[in-house]
Amino acid sequence: MEASEAKSKKQGASRLCCLCNQRRPVLKRPKTLQQICKDCFYEVFEEEIHQVIVKNGLFKAGERVAIGASGGKDSTVLAYVLSELNRRHSYGLDLFLLSIDEGITGYRDDSLETVKRNELQYGLPLQILSYKDLYGWTMDDIVKMIGLKNNCTFCGVFRRQALDRGAALLKVDKLVTGHNADDIAETVLLNILRGDIARLSRCTSITTVYIREGDLHTYAYFKKLDYFSTECIYSPNAYRGFAREFIKDLERLRPRAILDIIKSGEDFRIATTTKMPEQGTCERCGYISSQKWCKACVLLDGLNRGLPKMGIGRARGGANGDHHKETKKPASAGRSLESKQCGSLDF
Amino acid sequence: MQLTLEFGGGLELLCDSEKIHKVNVDLPNGVEELTMKDLLSWVRTNVIKERPEMFIKGDTVRPGVLVLVNDCDWELSGQLETTIEDKDVIVFISTLHGG
Repeated sequence: MEASEAKSKKQGASRLCCLCNQRRPVLKRPKTLQQICKDCFYEVFEEEIHQVIVKNGLFKAGERVAIGASGGKDSTVLAYVLSELNRRHSYGLDLFLLSIDEGITGYRDDSLETVKRNELQYGLPLQILSYKDLYGWTMDDIVKMIGLKNNCTFCGVFRRQALDRGAALLKVDKLVTGHNADDIAETVLLNILRGDIARLSRCTSITTVYIREGDLHTYAYFKKLDYFSTECIYSPNAYRGFAREFIKDLERLRPRAILDIIKSGEDFRIATTTKMPEQGTCERCGYISSQKWCKACVLLDGLNRGLPKMGIGRARGGANGDHHKETKKPASAGRSLESKQCGSLDF
Repeated sequence: MQLTLEFGGGLELLCDSEKIHKVNVDLPNGVEELTMKDLLSWVRTNVIKERPEMFIKGDTVRPGVLVLVNDCDWELSGQLETTIEDKDVIVFISTLHGG
């Protein structure tokens, strides 16, 4: 013990933890720049999540809650902390792990082994749903058909719906996912870059604990949590990758950038002249949709008809184009941005 | 000096899929102390077998790589200026993957 204390004195971490004043500090909290020790870090980290849950009245005792679990660090930390807080603060929740098998060989099949271990480690029942069962297509099949572009578009849309369907199957009341602050900041940026006002307004409206990805990693590492960490083999071409690199570089120059981007996203006010999509249901499958057919059905239809580009690119024609007859077209020949129905810009 | 290097979060794939490396690092000529800056360049030359750009950017780690020296975030000890001593444990974790 003495030797390591001497070492840390030499390395400049000679102060004690700002919170407990007893132990040696191991990291700097980005929000407050305080130097804190491991135990205080755990406490602060877990308490922040607990406070968001309590202040927003997220759960009621007796509710069934599904945790979207992929075996990655975000969902592993989420499952660990939520089940711990459920116990510690007696939330009275019935927790489940819900995993989606997209059918990505060499990636998902490995991470599912991790979730199966999590099921035993945390004592949470696990339900796995596959794209094959739900849609008749695995991601491997889809990529063979569409090539290496737009993979995340298909996967993301299908997975979101798969999670909701899984939640309905488990008859849960709530679904929680492990999205972190970096993810949300990337999403805000992506929606700005694409001019997707509808998604921009929605992406910060869901209750999120804004935890930095770096902190999640540190927590998972110190706690020696069992998680799977490899990049999805289809992700290198994703547009999100650019937003991610940019944000990571930005974070280096200005650590507050991530939380500030999210704040901008939250505070955006949409011009009153912009037409926003209205929530309805998909005519084909009954899922929520702002168009006649939900995105998953459009994409699936394209795949089944051998038209991989359907639903990708600007929606001028195709399945959803026909349903825009009610949009008022301006008298002038040119199309102005104001007349475009929001949410119809698609890349 | 004898050091233990740990690679996680996918970085192990750059070093023959070995997560833990026990290494012997000699101080560069005329230098009294080994800093993280020196160590990084040593690691890049001697341990990283492929795609060094996933590990290093310029003379520091790529943004998104967490560095812990003896279980302590290197931001507390001066990042590149951190001095490394015999028997130290240095951990590199990449955060750049899905979760």
